[in-house]
Amino acid sequence: MSDVLLKVEHLTMRFGGLIAVNDVSFDARPGQITAIIGPNGAGKTTVFNCIAGFYKPTVGRLLLNNNSKHFYLERMAGNDIAGKARVARTFQNIRLFPKMTVLENLIVAQHNKLMRASGFTLLGLFGWPGYARAEAEAIERARYWLERTNLTDAADEEAGSLPYGGQRRLEIARAMCTEPVLLCLDEPAAGLNPRESAELNTLLRFIRDEHKCGVLLIEHDMSVVMQISDHVVVLDYGKKIADGTPDAVRNDPNVIRAYLGEPEDGAVSAAQGVA
Amino acid sequence: MSVVDRLRDALMAAFVAAVLALPLIGFETVDTGGPLGIRTRFDWIAYAAIVVFLGRFGMRYALDWRRRYRESLVDKLDPVEAIKHKSLLSDLGRKADKWLMPVLIGFAVILPFMPFATRTVVDLATVVLIYVMLGWGLNIVVGLAGLLDLGYVAFYAVGAYTYALLSQHFGFSFWLCLPLAGLFAASFGVILGFPVLRLRGDYLAIVTLGFGEIIRIVLLNWQVVTGGPNGISGIQRPSFFGIPFTNSPPEGTKAFHEVFGLEFASVHRIIFLYYVILVLALVTNLFTNRIRKLPVGRAWEALREDEIACKALGINPTNTKLTAFAIGAMFGGFAGSFFATRQGFISPESFTFIESAVILAIVVLGGMGSQAGIVLAAAFLTLLPEIAREFSLFRMLAFGAAMVLIMVWRPQGLLSHREPTLRLPRTAGGEAKP
Repeated sequence: MSDVLLKVEHLTMRFGGLIAVNDVSFDARPGQITAIIGPNGAGKTTVFNCIAGFYKPTVGRLLLNNNSKHFYLERMAGNDIAGKARVARTFQNIRLFPKMTVLENLIVAQHNKLMRASGFTLLGLFGWPGYARAEAEAIERARYWLERTNLTDAADEEAGSLPYGGQRRLEIARAMCTEPVLLCLDEPAAGLNPRESAELNTLLRFIRDEHKCGVLLIEHDMSVVMQISDHVVVLDYGKKIADGTPDAVRNDPNVIRAYLGEPEDGAVSAAQGVA
Repeated sequence: MSVVDRLRDALMAAFVAAVLALPLIGFETVDTGGPLGIRTRFDWIAYAAIVVFLGRFGMRYALDWRRRYRESLVDKLDPVEAIKHKSLLSDLGRKADKWLMPVLIGFAVILPFMPFATRTVVDLATVVLIYVMLGWGLNIVVGLAGLLDLGYVAFYAVGAYTYALLSQHFGFSFWLCLPLAGLFAASFGVILGFPVLRLRGDYLAIVTLGFGEIIRIVLLNWQVVTGGPNGISGIQRPSFFGIPFTNSPPEGTKAFHEVFGLEFASVHRIIFLYYVILVLALVTNLFTNRIRKLPVGRAWEALREDEIACKALGINPTNTKLTAFAIGAMFGGFAGSFFATRQGFISPESFTFIESAVILAIVVLGGMGSQAGIVLAAAFLTLLPEIAREFSLFRMLAFGAAMVLIMVWRPQGLLSHREPTLRLPRTAGGEAKP
């Protein structure tokens, strides 16, 4: 039990008559990359939105173990899931603060810490030295992630003026600045060229190995999923159809059927080639 | 665009103007002693059409000239230079905040001692400064937090009535009432903030507009407390920290001119009031600049940019919005209590929707975020009606024309500019950043 970071049990989400997610259970472990894959409309992003608190699940339990503390995510407000349970996320359609600089984006991510350090604004207003120290620390953390994501030279540019790949990396850097125990990435490789997605693989491996941070990943790009994930969950029409190591999932007949339709002669081997 | 195109375009605009002018200025009602008569004045329609024709033609010409000028720049320079090339007018907002602000502040400080500073001039400057302060206050809500507030005048009214009532019933002095008025207005900001937490954009604007009207109508109808439409008169005038400005002080006390050994002059009080509002406005400015660099200020700006991303980073949007409303309202309250002590008389007449609209126009015209822009816009919008007093019938027309010009020429506002709240310091190794 203790080596499970996020335990999703019987997660169900209904929108009126539509069952977007139907009784899905899986575990994510710390220091592992768990990928959620599935065809379009399979309910991947809905699962994410339930975990990050943007939706309240109709049924189900989402238990997060942060060291010795337990959080029932389905009962928490979205900002508490990020602030207290330390689950960070990125978005499918990038959501940066485009008019603010890259560095400011990373400092805003450390809001709660800085807010306490500034005595909820009162002390900071009068130049409290403790706040200056906290801000310097925040800048150092930001610098660390800027270097990791190759954005140091663009630190004072407007975030909205970065090229697409840079915006993707900045969103990951911003999420990491909140010091999460679980990082949820919604299609981080979408729109990246092969070189950029290779860099993304390196970055995600680094996050997993150096920061012991659990990563939950939604991805279509199979080169990313198969190379870096430790564990793959496959959804189709809101149901879990497979769960296991990348190799096991790749050869699962249910998965092949979901991606390529009913297998006919030779289709299985073709699917293996694709996957 | 060729000359023919331009002519056709201008003709079209003149036609639209003529159609609009037919009902608006083509007929005039006249008093014939008995029933109301109608006189036609079709010649005026022709004038309107000609003016619009010439104006449109000129505007097209100017816009084309500007475009050709820009293209010629690209031709002359090599492409790399062309991107780097900056005209005198680019980056106006940054330059203004850096150079214009100190000049403006310096000018404001010495203004009452200038030779041309008559009583009228100082009075007028005081009015401008009230609007500058209101603009800076509203800028916190609209410019930083991105919450479109059309009822800002409500907080101004709360501040004014707080001072008027406290000083009348309890004899509180201005300096005691000032923080109380700010506090009270801030709590009204929170009261407004709660129901509108989920709203954004147009919806928020409508609710805040309604809030402003509610406050005004309560003031108008709650006769027992507010005096209704008669307002409150005889509000205590400010004293110089306890020393009154009067020709005949009560027995045993000394008036301002006696203490400082001056001839009595009623302008002393005017100048004192001017400095009070100058200090209040500067405090607002200083506070805004400072809070922008604190986590709460950055959270406001982040909230303006993307509320969902804010939530995903653990920022509590409820608290953040409420602080923006409260702090913006607080400065409105300060300005309100100053207004009350300056006028000596307040009534709901002073807190109509048009006031909110003017304050919002100051923020938008000035260019959201630019402190100097707000000063210029406030000066423009308050001085224009004064200068054009003889043409008071055309005041709204001039107002509208100014708005249209700004939208065509600088849709982002006069001096739109956002200075980053912090920059990445050089690394310890001395690796310089460009």
